Amino acid sequence: MAEEMIVKELDQVVVRFSGDSGDGMQLAGNLFSTISATVGNDISTFPDYPADIRAPQGSLTGVSGFQVHIGAGKVFTPGDQCDVLVAMNAAALKTQYKFAKPTACIIIDTDCFQKSDLEKAAFTTDNPIEEMGIKNDVIAAPISQIVKDCLADTGMDNKSMLKCRNMFALGLVCWLFNRDLTIAENFLREKFAKKPAIAEANIKVIHAGYDYGHNTHSSVAHTYRIESKTVNPGKYMDITGNKATAYGFIAAAEKAGLKLFLGSYPITPATDVLHELSKHKSLGVVTVQCEDEIAGCASAVGASYAGALAVTSTSGPGICLKSEAMNLAVIMELPLVVLDVQRGGPATGLPTKSEQTDLLQVLFGRNGESPMPVLAATSPTDCFEAAYEASKIALEHMTPVVLLTDAFVANGSAAWKLPKLAEYPAINPPFVPAELKGTWTPYQRNAEGVRYWAVPGTEGFTHILGGLEKDNATGAISTNPENHHLMTQLRQQKIDNIQVPDVVVEGDKDDAELLIVGFGGTYGHLHAAMDEMRAAGKKVALAHFKYINPLPANTEEVLKKYQKVVVAEQNMGQFAGYLRMKIDGFVPNQYNEVKGQPFVVNELVAAFTEIYNK
Amino acid sequence: MCEFTAKDYKKGQPRWCPGCGDHFFLASLHKAMAEIGVAPWDIAVISGIGCSSRLPHYMNTYGMNTIHGRSAAIATGCKVANPNLAVWQVSGDGDGLAIGGNHFIHANRRNINLNMILLNNRIYGLTKGQYSPTSPRGFVSKSSPYGTVEDPFCPAELCFGARGHFFARAVATDAAGTVDILKAAYNHKGASVCEILQNCVIFNHGTHDSVYTKEGRAKNAIYLEHGKPMLFGENKEFGLMQEGFGLKVVKLGENGITEKDILVHDAHCEDNTLQLKLALMQGPDFPIALGVIRDVEAPTYDDGVYAQIEEVSAKKNYHNFEELLMTNDTWEVK
Repeated sequence: MAEEMIVKELDQVVVRFSGDSGDGMQLAGNLFSTISATVGNDISTFPDYPADIRAPQGSLTGVSGFQVHIGAGKVFTPGDQCDVLVAMNAAALKTQYKFAKPTACIIIDTDCFQKSDLEKAAFTTDNPIEEMGIKNDVIAAPISQIVKDCLADTGMDNKSMLKCRNMFALGLVCWLFNRDLTIAENFLREKFAKKPAIAEANIKVIHAGYDYGHNTHSSVAHTYRIESKTVNPGKYMDITGNKATAYGFIAAAEKAGLKLFLGSYPITPATDVLHELSKHKSLGVVTVQCEDEIAGCASAVGASYAGALAVTSTSGPGICLKSEAMNLAVIMELPLVVLDVQRGGPATGLPTKSEQTDLLQVLFGRNGESPMPVLAATSPTDCFEAAYEASKIALEHMTPVVLLTDAFVANGSAAWKLPKLAEYPAINPPFVPAELKGTWTPYQRNAEGVRYWAVPGTEGFTHILGGLEKDNATGAISTNPENHHLMTQLRQQKIDNIQVPDVVVEGDKDDAELLIVGFGGTYGHLHAAMDEMRAAGKKVALAHFKYINPLPANTEEVLKKYQKVVVAEQNMGQFAGYLRMKIDGFVPNQYNEVKGQPFVVNELVAAFTEIYNK
Repeated sequence: MCEFTAKDYKKGQPRWCPGCGDHFFLASLHKAMAEIGVAPWDIAVISGIGCSSRLPHYMNTYGMNTIHGRSAAIATGCKVANPNLAVWQVSGDGDGLAIGGNHFIHANRRNINLNMILLNNRIYGLTKGQYSPTSPRGFVSKSSPYGTVEDPFCPAELCFGARGHFFARAVATDAAGTVDILKAAYNHKGASVCEILQNCVIFNHGTHDSVYTKEGRAKNAIYLEHGKPMLFGENKEFGLMQEGFGLKVVKLGENGITEKDILVHDAHCEDNTLQLKLALMQGPDFPIALGVIRDVEAPTYDDGVYAQIEEVSAKKNYHNFEELLMTNDTWEVK
């Protein structure tokens, strides 16, 4: 064992941590991502966890995974398959091996591959590696035992000691990738600031993992290094989509000079936005955890009337429950941002999985003519931009706005260059000008067709809004047919007037033979698919939409410019159908997948190539 | 000294049916607001949907006539976003206790500083006559032609069950009694529920007949006042006493009973047991309780929210977005 290990330079690598939910795989994965991002690598992460808090221990349904893609340059997705798979028990190996490349290195805890573990994971022989036909490099370490030995003199009980197993795996992976452990140490000391003994135990175990790799050189021929090639200088942090969304709302409220109000109800995978905003009382953020989804949205409507930047956040069936109060904001013409972190449906569906299946609902799923702007964030860091822009549109156009993200971008994370708020566009809500006192009526509009905002507490502008149709001139309840027709048009016009940036065409924008079209959270995968096809010599472009309603002004021009178009989305064709409704004569190819999992780049390339060659 | 008169709070021509209890209540609300003296532009009146929920349109204040059942939730957001506003939330029995039941109980539990008006005519009027959650068992209506087979809510019981701290009751036709409880509701910090017994002349005429006139109230109602013995009757000849786990009606002078034996009302008593018994009293054996039945101080939600913001702000070292960013682990790319 004396010879030096070879350190191999890599452009990118994918690591997947997996174990029993409760084994701390999300923490280990997150820590490894942070460590990698801190040294300047680009990262993209994908937590893939079961809906149950704690399924039976060791069972196939209880396996939790965390995948991270680390790159020297830009990475667009968490990766289809991994180069390193950590499987902390037999069930994890059984369910997660399909995510490993044939060349992947696999790390297992042999102490959790005992007879009962194998039975729970439905293995029929006592050699799971052979049974599954695994030919990969396997680092088989008695992790549980080493951890217990390592912590023997701490006086910790058995259960507490075993909770540190995830840190052993992390230490081993850090060794494999030549990672400095200082960042992990600092993180753990901060996380367990009130329990220093726990912090030190975890740190001890990380080192044990690292040293285990170092001392045994394990059974791999080389370790890896990923040098950063990022050239965009500045300060960076690692951020998840949900956190970026929360930050976007905070930034918008500060820019507009308004109080930020969130009315919400706990629901996976949107709850982290409620958690994040609830922390920041020192910024004056008010969060109300309501009795239900309906009250979440209704309280936000009330807060908006009172003059706040009002937000309600939800997912899945929550968006159904909010529809009624969203419509109230439509007819009262009040600003409101509705965040829908899309998950698998219908009904409770797949609470922890990702889809794009709420698009038509948020566009059209309300009674009456109910036009509403819709934006879809394209990546974890884009959640910040999208939340800021959604707030700006809501406040300046006095309308509810839907911000779509999805479980994939919400839980995924990426390195994020810290924004400078001063560089962001101003947000100017149309507060009622004081000189209109005496003549003003509630539905009086500015040049852009936007109703003025008269905030309670202002003398001279008392008025009553409501869910009943109002007379355009007086603001009184009206059932006049001509007036209703006019108000319907005015509400539509107001949304149509919103200026959004043109959709950008990437890739072979002049001579592509195939245009890939997508929206929202699939951007990374579609981009990676385009890159791969172009690398294979094909002429391909990508038009990825963030602004869904209204559509960018150049939409028709872009969609009709290319001979072949494929609309790829994680639903049964909702965006394609919407585009066909909006663009006369547009008949695209479609790629639709509703599995609750991110797209797989290889599968996209195969499908798009078939269309390309047709 | 009041700066405002009832007229300052008044707007438009109400379009309720002639004789509807809402007319009486509206006039009392205008009068109470003038006596309270909060400027019209510092008031938000927020209702749901139903006959009584048209009320904001007749107010020269800020307000919203929103959607069915949600007004307590909407009022919650309004009050928390701007605690300087006096927020009045107006519901009927269907709006507040059926479709809005969840918001009603949680506004009470949270103890948010709202003045919650429940106009109870025991019927759905705007949809033309279906039984409501306060209609008595056996009630015949268009949707229960053979009588209902379900029991009603008693609003006080729901309020107390939700750990409400203020409950008062008045009859719509009794202006003085209504103004009194509205002022008490405003002065109470926290969720204050005022049940207004009102008649629906079209679909449930006579539902509160026993107490709808002054004479009727003299015979069949008891006005509760904190710290006063609970006496009632045309000549205050009856009183209430405790018997075992319940209450009983006694006649002064009979069996040697004097005023000293009569229970003294304690609206401020934290334990709501006797207050609930008072609220549940029904004729013909008992008088119907009017006035402030429960009025107990407790921490309010909106105060709590802002106290916490202040407390945390003092401790944290970040107070704007740029400072927030710097609370994260960051790294520099050069």
